[in-house]
Amino acid sequence: MRIPCPYCGERDAHEFATLGDATLTRPDPAAADADAQFHDYVYLRDNPAGAHEEWWYHANGCRQWLRVARDTRTHAISGAVAARATEQASGEPA
Amino acid sequence: MSAPNRNRLTSGGLIDRAKSLGFSFDGTSYQGYEGDTLASALLANGVRLVGRSFKYHRPRGIVAAGAEEPNALVELRSGARREPNTRATVTELYDGLVASSQNRWPSLAFDALSLNRFLSPFLGAGFYYKTFMWPAAFWEKLYEPIIRRAAGLGRAAEEADPDHYEKATAFCDLLVIGAGPAGLMAALTAARSGARVILADEDFLPGGGLNAEAGDIDRRPAPAFAAHVVAELTSLPNVRVMRRTTVFGVYDSGTYGALERVSDHLPEPLPFQPRQRLWRLIARRAVLAAGATERPIVFGGNDRPGVMLAGAVGTYVQRHAVLPGQKIALFANNDGAWREMLAAQAAGAPVETIIDVRAEVAPALVAAARAEGLRVLTGAQVIATAGKTLTGLTVATPSGTERIAADTLAVSGGWSPAVHLTCHHGGKPMWDAGLAAFVPGTCPPGLSVAGAARGIFGLGACLKDGAAMGAEAAEALGFTVPAPDVPEVADAAFALTPFWHVEGSKGPAFVDLQNDVTAKDVGIAHKEGFRSVELLKRYTTLGMATDQGRTSNVTGLAIMASLTGASIPETGTTIFRPPYTPVSLGALAGHHRGKDFRPVRLTPTHEWARAQGAVFIETGAWLRAQYFPRKGEKDWLETVSREVTAVRASVGLIDVSTFGKIDLQGADVGAFLDRVYINGFAGLAVGKARYGVMLREDGMVMDDGTTARLSPEHYVMTTTTANAAKVFQHLEFCLQVLWPELDVALSSVSEQWAQIALAGPRARDVLARVADGDVSNAALPFMGAIECTVMGGVKARLFRLSFSGELGYEIAVPARHGAALAAALMQAGEEFGITPYGIEALGVMRIEKGHVSGNELSGQTTAGDLGFGRMASTKKDYIGRVMAARPGLTDPERPCFVGFRPVDRSRRLRAGAHFLKLGAAPTLANDQGYMTSVAYSPHLRHWIGLGLIKRGPERLGERVRAYDPVRGEEIEVEICAPGFIDPEGVRLRG
Ligand SMILES: [Zn+2]
Repeated sequence: MRIPCPYCGERDAHEFATLGDATLTRPDPAAADADAQFHDYVYLRDNPAGAHEEWWYHANGCRQWLRVARDTRTHAISGAVAARATEQASGEPA
Repeated sequence: MSAPNRNRLTSGGLIDRAKSLGFSFDGTSYQGYEGDTLASALLANGVRLVGRSFKYHRPRGIVAAGAEEPNALVELRSGARREPNTRATVTELYDGLVASSQNRWPSLAFDALSLNRFLSPFLGAGFYYKTFMWPAAFWEKLYEPIIRRAAGLGRAAEEADPDHYEKATAFCDLLVIGAGPAGLMAALTAARSGARVILADEDFLPGGGLNAEAGDIDRRPAPAFAAHVVAELTSLPNVRVMRRTTVFGVYDSGTYGALERVSDHLPEPLPFQPRQRLWRLIARRAVLAAGATERPIVFGGNDRPGVMLAGAVGTYVQRHAVLPGQKIALFANNDGAWREMLAAQAAGAPVETIIDVRAEVAPALVAAARAEGLRVLTGAQVIATAGKTLTGLTVATPSGTERIAADTLAVSGGWSPAVHLTCHHGGKPMWDAGLAAFVPGTCPPGLSVAGAARGIFGLGACLKDGAAMGAEAAEALGFTVPAPDVPEVADAAFALTPFWHVEGSKGPAFVDLQNDVTAKDVGIAHKEGFRSVELLKRYTTLGMATDQGRTSNVTGLAIMASLTGASIPETGTTIFRPPYTPVSLGALAGHHRGKDFRPVRLTPTHEWARAQGAVFIETGAWLRAQYFPRKGEKDWLETVSREVTAVRASVGLIDVSTFGKIDLQGADVGAFLDRVYINGFAGLAVGKARYGVMLREDGMVMDDGTTARLSPEHYVMTTTTANAAKVFQHLEFCLQVLWPELDVALSSVSEQWAQIALAGPRARDVLARVADGDVSNAALPFMGAIECTVMGGVKARLFRLSFSGELGYEIAVPARHGAALAAALMQAGEEFGITPYGIEALGVMRIEKGHVSGNELSGQTTAGDLGFGRMASTKKDYIGRVMAARPGLTDPERPCFVGFRPVDRSRRLRAGAHFLKLGAAPTLANDQGYMTSVAYSPHLRHWIGLGLIKRGPERLGERVRAYDPVRGEEIEVEICAPGFIDPEGVRLRG
């Protein structure tokens, strides 16, 4: 599998470490039900057949965390953007 | 010995008669020529019996002329280089080649185990499942040894492989797989557009079928035409032609696996050359032009040496100038095989008879054959064969049965496109009834198929199709493709009547020659209900040998289909998985073997430590000094105790460069550290260091270490050696994903700084002689951190930290100065008897001091378990805080960190021992926790331990049992506080 790193270009997946679902948001630790929210955040994962947004870390490259769009059935990768770029672009600092 | 090359034609072929090559087979010497394969050279010398079959030990000969060969598997080379199951048909002959037949005992000509054929009722379909089921005890003692003896292939070498294998990567716009007519034209057309092309071909001579083609192309003999195209390709800077290279797998994102046999055609690799090279080819597009595989017709006695595929007979005659026999007959169902035989005959092969199952054959073809003096039998079938190697056939014709003398029977049941690689992403081939063959279905993204591999069987059509597919791929990549220049070749019509199996023929009729599966076995599978193709395969082992059923799968399916009355596509499809042909494990491992399995990391003081006599130990990828034995010391314990005592009495040094070191800069580093450590860091003063504990988000401890603040916006963190990469990745995640608004930049500086720990009551005296500035208690107090210079101007960082419990410093200098620093410290400490110590002594001292380490940071312990509960800040949030508050992680019954000493001080403690209350039975329910670390304390002169036990800190003074069933030991221990030495910390503040 090859991942198009926005900084390094298309690179082999062996250079990356993966962390799974990139759509999760770290819950507000001050929320009244923070324990329940954190439980879901830490442990619960969907296992979709198809489009999946996931975190990949370019460990043997630019050391950037990338949000990669991958089809879990075909391994087709439709894009990758740096986490920082998306966080800033979204205009929602944590 | 027979006359050399008695079956060799005097002219023609792509061999160099001036280059004679000597080789031996089963101890007999022969000679062949450059351009031969082992198979062609054996046939040239009249060797027809080359092996015994897998289950029944039947005599077998050469069937094919390429990668599909099911029979002619030999052991190649000898000793450590012995390689079993090598296909003689793709083994390039070299001078001095040594090969032997396999799976025969005591000899190839007389095989005692051929008696297995009398056991065939027991070895048939499903024999693994039926025959040996009862009694179970017989399996190991009786059945398995007999089967292993009787059924098998070659023997692997018993010594380590002396050769090297390497891995490489290459990139291209277009990968063309196969250098036959379609592949050559695809590569040439794309190459002329400027696309970067890789042309990979498994043969040592590119050209594929062109090398066995009798006619002319573009006014040149076909092989010369191929050579001409290859020469142009080779001359182009944007093309790489890879010979002896098999593309064996299609992987994700246009990645192709290929094996280049760099040295397999040599007695041994040239100096500094690998035997094989495993390629990762990254291609934007690919054209598969792998050709097609001929398939046999199944009839009684079809495994007799001398029965060959018709195309193979043609290849041996045309390419190798070898006559496979002196009386050749053809048994076929298609026109192509007739033309193959007529061409062979024109080249000098003694073809005498054509037997065709079809009642009607094109009159022009029949006339052409008769004009050449061939006997033609139509509507006829071979029903039996005779001879140890073939001597005659029994043929059923419309006018009765007759015997025909023949030493070679060329067989053709049609052709199967080599669709293998198209299946590697799960694509299923489709049945083409017109061709009676499977053709490619859905292909992997970026892969298209050209020529015979997609069922285009004429030579002229293959040339055209290759050019078109090459042009299409290059254009899709944005290249402007000049109009392809395709030579015109007139193709005869494709004429074939599907025919698979001569029913009622005499003797075993083999479908799968490599796994000894007969048509009768398919019938048994049908009768017993194993009718789907997947069940058929597993029940009979059809197609499950190393040839993956290249010549047998479709025939097996067809026979099953005729039994069930269903169509072939209804019965199933055959799909293929990587690898296309066997790949040696050596090639897959490459250089990653033995000590080179992974890179070794050396500390900056490695050579210095070696000169000091260090014994090294692997810790992760690092090689670290374990201890420094001296003459006269009887064991490691004596050495380690001496090192510990020297440090506690005076001073010692150890390289701690393996710790992870992370540089943090920015306005928000303090805030960031507050969010990743359980304890507060925002208030850390410049010039000070602080110990911190980090959790994972699930509440378990991830790592510990110290972070120092060098200037208002510049911090440096250390992590444990083992977790260096993990912590760095985690911190980057926190910064980039969780809190991108923080002004913090991270950089790993583990490699950039050498770090040496100096410990002992004399540490300051030694440091003062090496440091350029003031290192007094006032200038550098406990937990102080300063930037300065040492050794007369070398940039340095001094941290007053202690892992041993003694007065201690860690001195960091740029890595290139590490060894010089060690030497300078040794010189400065000479009068104090400074002692280098290894990680064993380091471990002893940290256990004496009661510090946690890797054994306690197991990923299953909380901060509370390890006694850090009170360190955790309640004034802030940090990673893991919420989850660490879960009831299960705050249960007071959890095993907690304490120290242990043996009640009988002479007893040795063991890490891993479980704790039980006195008198309690050793059951899981009674488990109280376990010992994590033990050491012999030279300070206390007895063994001490650290461990986790339920409610530990509340039970100081209580006695429990340390139960170690693995070593069969059980001793009484006393729970104590974890600090065995200087619990008040007077020494380290001194
Ligand atoms: Zn990158």
